[in-house]
Order: sequence, then C-alpha cells, then structure tokens
Amino acid sequence: MCGTCGCGSDSNGPTIIKPGEHKHTHHEHHHHHDGHSHSHGDHDHHHDGHSHSHSHSNDPKHKILEIEQDILQNNEVLAARNRGFFEAKNVFALNLVSSPGSGKTSILERTLADLKDEIPFYVIEGDQQTLNDANRIDALSIPVIQINTGKGCHLESDMVFDAVKQLEMKNDSILMIENVGNLVCPSMFDLGENKRVVIISTTEGEDKPIKYPDMFHTSDICIINKIDLIPYLNINLQKLKDYALQVNPNLQFFEVSATTGEGMENWYKWLRENIS
Amino acid sequence: MHELSIAMGIVKIAEDETAKANINTVTKIELEIGTLSGVEIDSLNFVWDSAVKNTVLEKAEKQIFIIKGKGKCADCDTEFNMNKIYDCCPNCGSNFKGILQGKELRVKALEVI
Repeated sequence: MCGTCGCGSDSNGPTIIKPGEHKHTHHEHHHHHDGHSHSHGDHDHHHDGHSHSHSHSNDPKHKILEIEQDILQNNEVLAARNRGFFEAKNVFALNLVSSPGSGKTSILERTLADLKDEIPFYVIEGDQQTLNDANRIDALSIPVIQINTGKGCHLESDMVFDAVKQLEMKNDSILMIENVGNLVCPSMFDLGENKRVVIISTTEGEDKPIKYPDMFHTSDICIINKIDLIPYLNINLQKLKDYALQVNPNLQFFEVSATTGEGMENWYKWLRENIS
Repeated sequence: MHELSIAMGIVKIAEDETAKANINTVTKIELEIGTLSGVEIDSLNFVWDSAVKNTVLEKAEKQIFIIKGKGKCADCDTEFNMNKIYDCCPNCGSNFKGILQGKELRVKALEVI
C-alpha cells in the first residue's frame, strides 16, 4: 500500500495487451503433459514472449512456468502506444509531476493563459478526487479531461489512453498531463510523454532531490517555482540544483514564479521550440 | 509507495499465465527485484496477503531474488556497486553513469501443480 498516500488497487483496471502476443498456427502435433498426451488439430495458440513449461525432474506433479515478464510491462506497452499516437499527430506531451502544493496547476494556468492564442493546448488532470483542477483549466476555455484515481496515487498509461481518446486533439499541439501530486509513485509509470517535468518550489527543502531521487532521475526538466519568495526563505538555490544534478546530470532547469510571471518566458521559449 | 499496484500487477501476470496453461494452483512464485527499482521489499511483503487473497497466488510461497545495483561510469568506465540511484563514480566522482543492473522488476517463474 502507498506509504505516502494510501495507494489503492481499484484504479489499476486490467488492460490486456502484451507485446509478445501473436498467433501461431499449429498443425497436427502432440503435447505431453504430466503423463498423458493429447493432440491438437488446426487451431491458434497464444504464446507470450518466451514463456514455456517443462516438467520438474524430481516431482512429476510440479511444473515450472518460466515467465520472465516485467511487472510493469502492461503499463509500458500502452505508454508506447500513446507515444506513437502523439508522434503521428505531432503532439508534444508533457507529464507534470511534483509533490502536492508546489504549483503545478498554477504554472499550467499561467502558461495556458499566456500562450493559448498561439499554441493549441489540451490538458489531462490527475487527482485522487474532485473536478477542481479541471474546472480551473476549463475556465480558460482549454479542452480538459479530469482523471480521478480514487485511492490510486499516480496516473497509469491506460488512464491516459482512455482520456486522450476523448480529447480529439488537433495536430501540432501540446498535451499537458498533470499527474497526481506525489513525488514517489508516479516516477515508475511511463505515460508515453515526450518529456517529464518535475516541479519543485522554493518552499520545499533543497535536499528534496536526494530524498526523492527516483522522480528526479526519471525527469528531463526541472521547474523551480515560487522564486518570488526567495527573499523570505532560507534556501540555497544552487545547493538544490547541485543535489538535483547529482541525481540526474542531464536535468535542464527553469526558475519561475507562476504568481509574478518572472522567468516564465524562458519556459515558453522552450515549449515553442519543441513544437516547431 | 505504489507496492500494492506492483503486487496487483504480479497477480495479473500469474492469473494470465495460469489461465493460458489451464492451471489452478501455484505453489511458488519467483520474483526478481532490483535494489534500484523503486520497490520496497518490506512494503511489498506488507501488502502481499491482501493482494493475493482469492487469487491463484493465495497459497503460493513467494521467493524474491534481490538484484544489487551496479553502474558503469560514463567518464572513466569504472564499474561500481550502487546503493543509491545518485551514487557517483568512486574513481573519478562523475555523476554520469549507466545502470548495469538493479532496476529489475520481474516475475521470473511460477511453480504450479
């Protein structure tokens, strides 16, 4: 169970697609199972990857099924499908992740308000409960879908897949996926995004990147929000960046204030570069 | 953490594979989990019983093979053991590295009747 937020299971509805799944046609042949044999006529077998069974030598009743399957494989298959769809439509998809309260929605609101006349945007909002965030985006007349994960503490690729189908996105646009506020669980779940953007605010500790390294390790971009508050805080911004770079030397930073708009232009420039 | 999601993923793999092989009982499941995978073994053990209840894994013994983290420095090619994902190269101090092992999160095998 989720130690930080009480991660549930209901939201992880089964989506049954596997990459190795393909149809083999078997002609007349024999299979031997536990001392009896039977024959197959012309029909289809589903084989998954390299799983197969064989008899245990010392106990004829026990068999070993060699599975060798990644536990996150289902999520990754659908993430790849999302990615292919985005690529075909030239949609630049971003997965915004952070702890609750770092300003994901505020950054999003400001970005959409400032750029919506030049770039078509679409938004997927992930929260455990409420339509509040979607309503904030809807107020800007941007197409938005809310995913409520219930007890779940992160978005998974099948949820994004279902949401995307309802968005009817135009080509050459940007899709912003705002993940559930949580700096731990979403790190393991690829949604098919082009870039993962981790947001940290100056009111959080500068050592957060090494306290929650997995999220910083898997992100491409790090937005440091609330820089307008720095005069009132005891935070060493360089130290925060050094910690983040220790975890992920490839991180690219943007320092912004979603409230005052300071620094947002560099972020906009990066967005524009990525859809042209 | 997200270990309940992971446990449910394991159950789904076991259910799918046993259904395909027309098998009802799993006596043992073997898992490979890397120390850099982001999964806490203690948390996984904690949620295990509730995740496998009323599934094909309910009575199965769980065996976990822990795979220790190893990295290779991108600057000086030194191979080194990694305890944390942000461990730097012990030889030259570089943070640029490739992870050789430790990210595994895999169902290795099922022992069935």
